Amino acid sequence: MSAPIDARTSRPTMETGTAPPSVKPARGPLPPAGEEVVVRAESISKYFPVEEGWFRGAKKELRAVDGVSLDVHAGETVGLVGESGCGKSTFGRVLLRLLDPTYGRLWFEGNDITLLSQRDLRPLRRRMQIIFQDPYSSLNPRMSVRQIVGEALQIHGLAKNAKDEEQIVGRLLARVGMRADAMTRYPHEFSGGQRQRIGIARALAVMEKGQGGFIVCDEPISALDVSIQAQIVNLLQDLQEELGLSYLFISHDLKIVEYVSHRVAVMYLGRVVELAPARQLYRHRRHPYTRALLSAIPVPDPARRTLRVLLEGDVPSPIDPPKACPFHPRCPKFKKGHCDVETPELRELEPGHFAACHYPEES
Amino acid sequence: MSAASKSTTLPGAEPGKVLLEVRDLVTSFRTDRGLLRAVDAVSFDVPAQSTVGIVGESGSGKSVTSLSIMRLIPTPPGNIEGGSVKLEGRDLLKLPEKEMRKVRGNEISMIFQEPMTSLNPVYTVGAQIVEAIRIHQKRGRADAWARAVEMLRLVGIPSPEQRAKAYPHELSGGMRQRVMIAMALACEPKLLIADEPTTALDVTIQAQVLELLRKLQRLLGMSVILITHDLGVVAEFADRIVVMYAGRVVEEGAVDEVFRAPKHPYTEGLLRSLPKIGTSADERTRPRRLPTIEGMVPDLRELPTGCRFQERCGYVIDKCREVEPELLPVPGEAGITAGGVPRRSRCHRASEVGT
Repeated sequence: MSAPIDARTSRPTMETGTAPPSVKPARGPLPPAGEEVVVRAESISKYFPVEEGWFRGAKKELRAVDGVSLDVHAGETVGLVGESGCGKSTFGRVLLRLLDPTYGRLWFEGNDITLLSQRDLRPLRRRMQIIFQDPYSSLNPRMSVRQIVGEALQIHGLAKNAKDEEQIVGRLLARVGMRADAMTRYPHEFSGGQRQRIGIARALAVMEKGQGGFIVCDEPISALDVSIQAQIVNLLQDLQEELGLSYLFISHDLKIVEYVSHRVAVMYLGRVVELAPARQLYRHRRHPYTRALLSAIPVPDPARRTLRVLLEGDVPSPIDPPKACPFHPRCPKFKKGHCDVETPELRELEPGHFAACHYPEES
Repeated sequence: MSAASKSTTLPGAEPGKVLLEVRDLVTSFRTDRGLLRAVDAVSFDVPAQSTVGIVGESGSGKSVTSLSIMRLIPTPPGNIEGGSVKLEGRDLLKLPEKEMRKVRGNEISMIFQEPMTSLNPVYTVGAQIVEAIRIHQKRGRADAWARAVEMLRLVGIPSPEQRAKAYPHELSGGMRQRVMIAMALACEPKLLIADEPTTALDVTIQAQVLELLRKLQRLLGMSVILITHDLGVVAEFADRIVVMYAGRVVEEGAVDEVFRAPKHPYTEGLLRSLPKIGTSADERTRPRRLPTIEGMVPDLRELPTGCRFQERCGYVIDKCREVEPELLPVPGEAGITAGGVPRRSRCHRASEVGT
């Protein structure tokens, strides 16, 4: 398991309660005063059982997330990138306890929520929300927009009566840039961008101003057209500023992630292989995988065609991941007898910049 | 990758010659709420051995254009109303269906976004490539099988003899797309239409597939129509670009020209709304806002009078609401840029855009 990353918490950063046990001494730059850790993941692993073979029923494990530690601060956007199957969505769901971690501990606003029952979680859920990639499949087609957004208010008992509810829904829709007459319409009547706005309105419905909140944005713009993507990104940024929200922004689009994130974590086969401030990561990538990933992005500038680090082969299966460094079979810097024997720990190469590699790139 | 390495010049071939000529293509669909013209008087050329990128958002008509070229529009509800699609002078729209079948897969091939839905799950990939070969070529089974294995090797599939016996579900997404490419190129078509060929793939796999397509294009001397919403892919892969919006071509030109100096407000907006790598804000400052194109694509059944982009355009003037602009040579550039590529824009104020 990799070491906790970005553990900067020997100071009392938590809102309530005491600092969690097994906290490492502060490393890296301390966040500005008053900045709280909203979400803390400590060596989180999530394994799924897999049936192998037809008759033997031999059990194997799919290691979707393998020992990931991460802090998300108030008002911060942490970008999480990686290829399909790297475990980024699973990790996002574990952070919200929509999936239970197999190992590790989870903190929200300073409370250990690892073992909290769903009932006890419910009050916290007002500040733990998720936005999905495909708003069409996450909005009930038989419910009007008014019902979709209003349902969240009802569950948490936030509207005094039907009239009050209608007013709140109207305000929320206005806030996400939709007209009030959308209320009586159904999801299929809207375009992808508008549906995403409805999804955001639903997530916001239960949040209280001034209380902050944490939203996992799981590929929120991947299904949208280019001209609409920027609209949604800007909306999310406005809301963040206005309500002091924190985001885990999951995406395979590295350009957008760099743009919206304060810090970026790169995942490969269930592990974080690099974590750094966004600007730092994109300018001084240290892990060979990050380098390959970034160089694979087509640049929308014909004058700037860059030399490409082409990776061979596919991402290996997380059911039977490579020994030691999970990236070694595809790594251009692979050293036999080291990379395939000893797992590189995530270590701090420069203040705030972590990478899990025996032979990191020069900065 | 230099610009020169993209173009292919085979000995004996005639680059610059027009392979495919699309003129005033109109394709409409009957819907519950009236007739919808998905492609409305679209014209462009595909020169021999070059790559033309068609970009646009959903509903822009880019995929319907390619399906119309292949005459794969389901009729009804669809209907190719007019225009011509000439492959080396032959109008494909006038060919009898039997003749058209000889064109598809043989002279023009197509690959799609989702290879899993284009491959038959109950046949091995080798058998499917053999089928594609034997439809068009008089080859025996063993001969065709050898050719299939050769194609799989060509597209970079390791141990192709074994892989030919695999079923589609046994392969990864990137491998399936390679199989699709092998199948599409087995008969060495003159033109490959690639409709979002890498959209479903991860970036590292996308890079592999694009590199492969580039290599094969050079090897076989074919032309490619690349349909995508990803301007980055177009910038790297295409020689010329056709930008579509709401069924119309709104801008065309050499890729370098269009990216350097877009002459239609929509293209300009698209390019500006893309975040660029290496431009992020400082760690603790709020990231800057992305420039956006406000609003949405208009409903093709309720198009406004005048320009189709007027509602979202920052350059809009009264004339735009009255008269739809034509696709005209960009002022001051004589309509042709270096290399003989047409440079046109459908905007009343084209000369002011991008300055």
